[in-house]
Amino acid sequence: MSTDIYLNVAVSGVLTGLVYGLMALGLSVIFGVIRVVNFAHGEMTTVAMYLAVVLFATLGLDPLLMMVPIAGVLFVFGYALQRWLINPFINRPEHSQFILLVAVAIILANGLLIVFGPDARSVQTSYAFDSFMIGPLIVDATKAFAGLAAIAVAAALFAFFRLTQLGTAIRACADNYTGAQVIGLNVPRLYALTFGLGAACVGAAGAMLALVTDVTPPLGPSFTLLAFVIVIVGGLGSMPGALAGGILIGVIAALAGLLYTPSAKGMFVFAILVLVLLFRPQGIFGRRA
Amino acid sequence: MSTLLSIDGISKRFRGLVAVDRLSFQVDQGDIFAVIGPNGAGKTTLFNMIAGVFSPDGGTIVLSGERINGLSPDQICHRGVGRTFQIVRPFPALSVEDNVIVAALLHRHLVPDARAHAGEVLRQLYLYDKRAQRASGLTLPDRKRLELARALATDPKLLLLDEVMAGLRPTETDRMVSILKELNRSRGLTILLIEHVMRAVMALAARVLVMHHGAAIAEGAPDQVVRDRAVIESYLGAETV
Amino acid sequence: MIARLAENVSPRAATALVLLLLALLVAPWFANDYLLTVLILIFYFAYTGQAWNIMMGFTGQLSLGHAIYIGLGAYTTAVLFSFSGISPWLGSFAAILVTVLCGAMIGFLAFRFRVSGVYFAILTIAFAEFARIGFDHLSYVGGSAGFFLPVANYTQSDLWTLRGKPIMFYYLSLGMTVAAVVMCHIMISSRLGYFWLAIREDEEAARAVGINTFRYKLIAVVISAAMTSLAGVFFAFYYNNLFPEEVFSINRSIELILAPIFGGLGTLFGPILGAFMLTGLAETLTTTLAALGVDVPGAKQVFYGICLLLVITVLPDGVWPWLYRRLGLAGRCE
Repeated sequence: MSTDIYLNVAVSGVLTGLVYGLMALGLSVIFGVIRVVNFAHGEMTTVAMYLAVVLFATLGLDPLLMMVPIAGVLFVFGYALQRWLINPFINRPEHSQFILLVAVAIILANGLLIVFGPDARSVQTSYAFDSFMIGPLIVDATKAFAGLAAIAVAAALFAFFRLTQLGTAIRACADNYTGAQVIGLNVPRLYALTFGLGAACVGAAGAMLALVTDVTPPLGPSFTLLAFVIVIVGGLGSMPGALAGGILIGVIAALAGLLYTPSAKGMFVFAILVLVLLFRPQGIFGRRA
Repeated sequence: MSTLLSIDGISKRFRGLVAVDRLSFQVDQGDIFAVIGPNGAGKTTLFNMIAGVFSPDGGTIVLSGERINGLSPDQICHRGVGRTFQIVRPFPALSVEDNVIVAALLHRHLVPDARAHAGEVLRQLYLYDKRAQRASGLTLPDRKRLELARALATDPKLLLLDEVMAGLRPTETDRMVSILKELNRSRGLTILLIEHVMRAVMALAARVLVMHHGAAIAEGAPDQVVRDRAVIESYLGAETV
Repeated sequence: MIARLAENVSPRAATALVLLLLALLVAPWFANDYLLTVLILIFYFAYTGQAWNIMMGFTGQLSLGHAIYIGLGAYTTAVLFSFSGISPWLGSFAAILVTVLCGAMIGFLAFRFRVSGVYFAILTIAFAEFARIGFDHLSYVGGSAGFFLPVANYTQSDLWTLRGKPIMFYYLSLGMTVAAVVMCHIMISSRLGYFWLAIREDEEAARAVGINTFRYKLIAVVISAAMTSLAGVFFAFYYNNLFPEEVFSINRSIELILAPIFGGLGTLFGPILGAFMLTGLAETLTTTLAALGVDVPGAKQVFYGICLLLVITVLPDGVWPWLYRRLGLAGRCE
């Protein structure tokens, strides 16, 4: 096969990887600050995708434009979830929190099944089949836009955490829970805010994903798993790590799909996860615990 | 008097911080040996090395003629070392009795035998009446004695006690001291203890080692050591001497 | 033997148990086919719940990929039966061997490299997914198109080849569940059980009293895997068809943890109670909906999710511990 094909597939992998990276970024933020393992992460992504599909089907609105409102809806959902359901669980044993989110995931996934049925839905925009030619590369328009949007959202999030007072307060909570309380930060509210932000990332990523791929209700667990792989490979609690992990996994999965069979992508992803968990559990950018 | 435990030039660094610095001393069979020193002197690190939680960066630890540095905690326990933790760690959901049975099962493979032995140990530590209570519901002095009972149930030759008197009122401290003295007298149990409560150290220890910044600064009988200039300096600062 | 088993069970509890067992033994005479299928499902979940409980409730290791053992057990015996005519009773030995090796590998990797807690759970999910995708591509066993067992004449019940009527499967699953409970009781009352509980409570303190935690965690994983594989054998011969998407699916892994969590982790009867309550209520829900002419796929799962949510918030230790305190059935159940 010519290098052109490899290159095209790799670029495609980078772009979709960026979107998955954004989704994983949400997980990283949630876990990095609140230390809660959001097992419902994939289901939240699926909800966002369905929102995009419905808005497109009923109002004809482009998912990329709907990115912001969808992210807003997910933000509210995430905030409420953390504030009322998860906050009381902060001091419970780890597996209790995990099970709580498993329950939320089950309810969400099957709720979607009840509402939308099992058939695949997708968004076909007017530019769905367009592509850009950049030198030897042929890049899908949808993927290009999605990838760029992902970078934009991630950049906005970085800016928030580095430059705003609220962002700094949240980072303080992540660093030192007791210390943050001692200096008067309202930690439960900040946690709720953080979960909301993580959910908003998921919302935005979901809107972009609707552009790029079909959605069915049982997709949740594979997204959750993918998010975990990306976050673990990139480094838990590291924001650049989530994006880098996303790109890496995106490229490897895409190339694996090319060299073997498309459905073997999953096996490669899991092989990488196992290797990372065993040999470098802190990931690429993570700090050793 | 034969040597039970021989510490020879052990050191431990944690990324640039020297926690223990070429420490050497010996504990004879049947001794009660205390390690004292200001906070951060490296005492618990010393214990953790003896108990196998981590291995020394250099030097050797020899128990009854066998090198034990580098072995895992459970292997070291098999060889006769029982330990307590500075912050007590009972098995919370298990009963007092079950806590001790777990330890007794080390050398007694049948549950009824282990239960019988656990009962004896609990009686010695005045916990037999509370044997059916959940460990998480005990008061601090009781939890300390449970911690001790658990370590004793493994039939140790050497008992490592990490600040076992911390948080106890004077009457409870005295009770613990008399229990330990009795154990030492009746079964010849060798005891190595880290302690801040000087009342207990003076009452129990035959020999005392003083640590400061990871190194030994004095060793000898208790009344000698407390009058040692370097020791007073380390606790109170050079100006006061 | 009986004296030892009865050691920690109060007379009231023992009577209740015997009565329940008798009721279950004669149930097929009074129950219709549908009720029998529901009961079989309950026993299946009670059994798998017990097996999973060994790892989580007794040793504290959260496995969310237990479906891998069901799948391996199912495929091993199904293949041996279909291609070589080997009875599932004999094939079970092979199934146990395969799952023991698999469990040992997963456990060894995880514990040697100190993968624990959430990371361990994710590792188990990864292995199960790996198996799912792998079997999807294994054309020898039909791949994603599925593997089908030869379906025989249903008027005859052949216990040796496990071909037959629901009533045979009823007694088989009941037997498996009872055996599982007895086995778990024996294990938890033994030295092994004490060590497991100690590891669950505080692994470092357990090491300090001489317990080789690596070895005992591995034993728990392996026993749990072997027990679960037999559920896989049952699955294969009861449903007669195997699809990697279904049998290795994460949904399978999740559904088998619902009963023990709902009923009570780390207790002997928690998984049983959980299975009865959850499956019983879910089936009632489905039949009610059907009677109303409504068919809502996914309603049952939403129900499970809500039950799980309620139990974890209100009764985090599960229903059984709360129930036995209320009924004054105090007996040592853990």
